[in-house]
Amino acid sequence: MISRNEVIETNKMIEHENLDVRTITMGISLLDCCDSDVNVLCANIYRKITRCAGKLVETGEAIERDFGVPIVNKRISVTPIALVGGAACRCPEDFVKIAKTLDKAAKEVGVNFLGGYSALVSKGMTKADENLILSIPEALAGTERICASVNVGSTKTGMDMDAIRLMGEVIKRTAELTKERDSIGCAKLVVLCNAPDDNPFMAGAFHGVTEADTIINVGVSGPGVVKTAVEKVRGESFEVLCETIKKTAFKITRVGQLVAQEASRRLGVPFGIIDLSLAPTPAVGDSVAEILEEIGLERVGAPGTTAALAMLNDQVKKGGVMASSYVGGLSGAFIPVSEDQGMIDAVNVGALSIEKLEAMTCVCSVGLDMIAVAGDTPAATLSGIIADEAAIGMVNQKTTAVRIIPVCGKGVGESVEFGGLLGAAPIMPVNPHSPAQFIGRKGRIPAPIHSFKN
Amino acid sequence: MKKMIITVVGKDTVGIIAKVCTYLSDNKINILDISQTIVDGWFNMMMVVDATATAKTAGDVGDDLKALGEGIGVQINCQSSEIFEQMHRI
Repeated sequence: MISRNEVIETNKMIEHENLDVRTITMGISLLDCCDSDVNVLCANIYRKITRCAGKLVETGEAIERDFGVPIVNKRISVTPIALVGGAACRCPEDFVKIAKTLDKAAKEVGVNFLGGYSALVSKGMTKADENLILSIPEALAGTERICASVNVGSTKTGMDMDAIRLMGEVIKRTAELTKERDSIGCAKLVVLCNAPDDNPFMAGAFHGVTEADTIINVGVSGPGVVKTAVEKVRGESFEVLCETIKKTAFKITRVGQLVAQEASRRLGVPFGIIDLSLAPTPAVGDSVAEILEEIGLERVGAPGTTAALAMLNDQVKKGGVMASSYVGGLSGAFIPVSEDQGMIDAVNVGALSIEKLEAMTCVCSVGLDMIAVAGDTPAATLSGIIADEAAIGMVNQKTTAVRIIPVCGKGVGESVEFGGLLGAAPIMPVNPHSPAQFIGRKGRIPAPIHSFKN
Repeated sequence: MKKMIITVVGKDTVGIIAKVCTYLSDNKINILDISQTIVDGWFNMMMVVDATATAKTAGDVGDDLKALGEGIGVQINCQSSEIFEQMHRI
């Protein structure tokens, strides 16, 4: 029998410590929508999404009420559109048509984001990949709920430097086309290395070709719960600290597992994975930075931050893995700047720089996330930042990503407000020295030696 | 059996249990267990109930109880017991 204290503990986590299920993401394969006529393709896509995900939001809300746990987002990820549209799209404008169709379908079913406007170009680009990448700025400026991602490298294939060079320019162009809204288009565009096929979190979610037709993936959250738990063991040894984080991660993940199973059962769609990430929000008390500070850093960014984050990330995984049979996606601690009040504060007092964040991405779950830089940052510099991040992922066999926003018309010292879950960010200074000649080289960087395991 | 857990927290007053129990009985929800304490004037109750026979959905029962709680100045949550079993039992 469940004791009263256990019930109180759970409800306290939900009411005071921001415990929630961050997202139920339905992955939908669009490969069976393919057609050589772009209008037929769009009609097929709209039909399939509205048919498969028609009850997603309603079901999510019903589960929320039954268990009394908030499910913040209901989302959709689809097959990378460069693959789906390859036969039909002759130019970037054709891809934009698909983007608008996806946006319409997302609005119809009521999801707040739809991911998968993506190209997987870790070794090279097809004509369709290139057209999709070139269409990203218009697609993001002309839609509301679409998220785009491009995978530019992997441990197995090396890094496609041509795509990385192109992405620097695409990010600049996206910033410019959405300049009236503080270049918000870039907040929906992520450049990945080693992108997972089953990630439920935006902006990098897409439904990989290795997946079943439709699938339910769930992303959990809960930085506030971990922080409260860590507060209770202030000054204790690492053993006690690690044990506390593990136990808490287990509990958080179990809630995700329950919601995932229930959603899968009610929707009649197979359960894919739980992504056991610590995903912060701009709300006070829902911050990964605050956990690191509670662990013992005066400010996140201080020497020791990378070690503390490595430990946190590892314990979250160890606790979470036992709570679910299928763990996947990104799974770890996210360190976005604009979406985490503790990170924002650390940047504002000068404790946290892009270089320190880059070091932290070696041990966190993803990469440089939601970082605002000056609007006049050159495209080659953005490509350089992407290349550095991709190299960390490629060599360390982990997912890394860059979601950077060169805010048009703003410079260091100013800040930008995206609103909602995307939060607000101070503009961070970037190293002014140019990597243009390096980025200007054609071709790709070969796969690292340790990828040859056959 | 559809087992649910009802928690009631708030300032103690006359008739809290009566009102909650009347609602449950009207809706054919069977009470399996009640544990209740008062600490410094704060009322704290947990009920385990079986909601198999009720015609209402779990969400509707939750909404009704929430509204009922607001009427008497206490906070009432009603959740499927699975969330607690999953979280606290291996």
